[in-house]
This record gives sequence, C-alpha cells and structure tokens, in this order.
Amino acid sequence: MTEVAVVGAGPAGLAAAVYAAAGGLPVVLVDAGARPGGQYWRQPDPALGAARRRPIFTALEDHVRAGRIRYLPRAEVAVLEPGAPFRLHLSPVTADAPAPPETVTATDLILCPGGYDRQLPVPGWDLPGVLAAGGVQALVKGTRTVPGRRAVIAGTGPFLLPVATGLAAAGGRVVAVCEAGSPWRWARQAHRAALVPGKGLEALGYAAALARHRIPYRTRTVVTAVLGEEHVEGAVLARVDPAGNVLSGTSREVQVDLVAFGWGFTPSLELPLAAGVRTRLDIDGSLVVEVDRDQRTSVPRVRVAGEATGVGGAVLARLEGELAARSLVAEVHRKPLRASALRGRIRRLRAFARALHEAHPVPAAWSRWLTEDTLVCRCEEVPFAAVRHAVEELSATDPRTVRSLTRVGMGWCQGRVCANACARLTADLTHTALTADALRSTARRTLAAPLDLSRLARLDETLP
Amino acid sequence: MTIIFDGRPLQVRAGQTVGAALAGAGIRSWRATRRNGRPRGLFCGIGACFDCLVTVDGQPGQRACLVPIREGMTVDRGHD
Repeated sequence: MTEVAVVGAGPAGLAAAVYAAAGGLPVVLVDAGARPGGQYWRQPDPALGAARRRPIFTALEDHVRAGRIRYLPRAEVAVLEPGAPFRLHLSPVTADAPAPPETVTATDLILCPGGYDRQLPVPGWDLPGVLAAGGVQALVKGTRTVPGRRAVIAGTGPFLLPVATGLAAAGGRVVAVCEAGSPWRWARQAHRAALVPGKGLEALGYAAALARHRIPYRTRTVVTAVLGEEHVEGAVLARVDPAGNVLSGTSREVQVDLVAFGWGFTPSLELPLAAGVRTRLDIDGSLVVEVDRDQRTSVPRVRVAGEATGVGGAVLARLEGELAARSLVAEVHRKPLRASALRGRIRRLRAFARALHEAHPVPAAWSRWLTEDTLVCRCEEVPFAAVRHAVEELSATDPRTVRSLTRVGMGWCQGRVCANACARLTADLTHTALTADALRSTARRTLAAPLDLSRLARLDETLP
Repeated sequence: MTIIFDGRPLQVRAGQTVGAALAGAGIRSWRATRRNGRPRGLFCGIGACFDCLVTVDGQPGQRACLVPIREGMTVDRGHD
C-alpha cells in the first residue's frame, strides 16, 4: 500500500500533495508554517484580515476534510531515516505548537523543502537591523510589520524589487535598492525572457511601483559595510565593476536603520541529503538535487520538487510539484503519464531561471569587501581572519577542514547561513573554483531541525 | 493585545509573531552571543538562522520569528 509523505507546503509541496491526493494516494503533508503557502505564497495571520485565496488552498482543505491528506502544520522533520518504508521523525517548530505524531512512515517521498536567502558576509552584517530580504518580506506580508524606518535593500536578483516595493507600500522609506548586477546583462538574455511573457509584465509592474514610491534603483552598486555600534545606524554604498571591485571614490554613507540583504537563494537540502540523493552544482553556485524528467532522484521512491532542484521561483516550483505527484500516481497505477505540455512549461521556466542567474551572479571579488574582523559565521562568531588563517597557515583546502579548524558553521544554524559563503571564501583563498564536492562537504545535517534530548535518546534505539 | 516582555507589559498587534511584535515595538535585539556578548535579534525571519532565540512562557531557545503572540504570554531575553 502506497503512502506518500510530502514535506513542505509551499507552491511545490502544495501541488504535490493535492495532485497525489487527487490521484487516489493517501498523503501526509508536513510543513513548518502555521498556514499553507510557504515563503512565496505566505498567508498572513487571519487576525490581519482576509488574504488572497488561491484555489489550491481550497483544494487542500477539501482533501483534508475528506481524509485524503493528513496535514501537519507547524511541524518539522528532524530526522529522516532512509529505506523502505521511510521514517520521518517529527518535531514541533516551537514549544507552543501542537505536538505532531512522533514518527510518520511513508513508502514514497516528495520533498519540497524550498530555500532561504543566500547571504554574503560584509563588515557589520551581524548588527541588529540587518535582515535577510526574505525576512523583511515575511514580516511585511505575514504580519504587516515594518521592521525599520529607513531601509536600503541590497544584493542581487529580481527578488529585491518586491521586497522594496512591499516595504514602501507598508510605510517604510526605502532610500535605495542596490543591485550588484547590471540590467544590460539582463537585456542580452531578454530573448529568453520572451519565452515567458508574464515575467516581462511582472518586471514592468515593479518598475512602476519603484517609481511611484520614489525608490532609487542603483545598478552595479553594493553595500560594502553596515555601520553602527549596537544596531544599524548606516550603510556604505559603493559602485563596483562587473567583478565586484569597488570603484575608487564612489563610496558614500547613507543613514538607515534597516539593511536587507539578498544574494539569491540557498535551497534547503538537509532532507534530500539524508535520503541519500545525488546532487550537483547549479549555475547560481547552489548545491541542488539531480532529478530526471519526472522529478525522480537517484534514490528509488524519492522525488524532489521546487527550489531544491534549482532556484527558479514559485510558478516553476508549483509545476514541478504537480509533475512529481502525477508521475508517482501514474507509476503506482501502472498507467502512462501524459505530461508533455507540463514538461514543456517546466523546461521554459528553467531556461528563464538560468538566464536570471546568469544576469545576477555573486560578484567574483566580493570577499575583498571583508575586513579581518568581519564575522563569517554569526553563530560561532568566527572572523574572516580565522578562515584565512586556516587556509593560508594551516593548509586547509576545503570547507570541511576549515570548519573543523575554526568552528565556522558549527553553531545554532549549522551553517545554513554561512556555508555557501564559506565555501566561496575557501575557493577564493585557494585560487580554485567552487565545486559541488566543496559544498557537499558541509551540507549534511543529521538533525534537520531541533529535537528534544529525550526524543533523541529514544531515537538512538531505532536508528540503524 | 498585551504581552509581558522582560517583566513589563508591551502593547502588540494581534496576528504578529513574537519577533514581529518586538521589532514593531522598536526592540531590535533580545539576545547576547555567547563569546562576545553581541546583540542579536531577527535576521532570516523564517526560522533558518536561530539568531532570534528567546524564552517564551519559560521555554528557552524558541525562534521568535515562528512563535505567534498570545494575550498575556511572557517573553524573556534569550541566552546562548
């Protein structure tokens, strides 16, 4: 008897759960969020008024009511035991959340873990008042909270635009959007954008909103440092060349109390890696899961959809979730899958995502903005000097060795925030290219979420 | 809605998380780091970074960005 566990209720996971249930498979849907939608389709707390009702939310409710989907919100998979059936050991996201069942078992997995903002350390990025761009978006969209009065939004990629316009619409003043890239690079890729016409309209909409809120959009501009003692008081803006080298005489200070950084996204790979799937280096420098044309991974009965297969946005994630579920349903019922139109849309959106990544690279020379005392790891408070020392004096050549020598990435977040940057720094310092092996070396996390020690003690008896 | 932050009542808006309520009240940090005693508050805002850890109703190590506020709940500064 097939039982599907879908992890994540963002666009990919929602689609996967709904299509699997519609195909007659029993589904358990585990999600950290209080409400379905994930980061992209975040729904505000009902106390804040009615949100946009996507049909897929209603579909989920119908399946839950009919007993076809067992929906477990505010729960995280702390440990994934591979094998058939898979065992998922769950943990409530916070102490006040209802206790989920300790363990769910499943014959098939569709993992849709999404991702979070990629960060590049700069001097002062550990000051309160520096937030991830996605964090600002979550506060504004999810709770109608404006976390500062004067903000600069910096990094690269189109996601900076809705963050800036959303913040301004909620009453925050955005003094600048600093985009490290150049729209000219984007223009060269425009022929690919034309394959996805809706995206062009979306960009025009943001341009209009930036103008309406009088938000300056500065290209080839970065925040090289955040200023302040106990919290953010300002930021240093500078113009850069295409490699990210600061152009002399272009640095200037702005007074702000909020700095939002977003350098693209890092997919959450804890659970796919625990399942043992094959991974690869994507064009944006992220480690992602290898999937075939039906979202199958290298591990039988494990499918992955959404950002974990390559950062590409909500629409692509939703389509991949649908394909993962429909291909599983077809397999279970031993029926052919007719999905060439769906696969075609996925291919076009994937090409569009590639073009965006090419237009918005992490600047090659970003590590030159660091000072010796800039923290690379916020949790363990490891400065750049320690990382440099590990490579240059102690001959570390890979991020895993750097981690062992410095404790970088060994704190509360387990390297979620700094591992990508640390791998890039290690590559820079050793004059080598970033590799999938380097990223893989620090990507595994046995505990994918916090777990009570008493639970861990009991798990010990069940783990192989 | 009222929560008790560090022993004092704090007016907050229904529908916020603890992290949002504190940030909205202009409170930017509520934890000191273990090594250097540096201030920390919200950072990733979505439960990935653990910078915003706080004690809620006596339970330490809660991610402020993920805990919805409730009338009368007590929130105390976190410790590493």
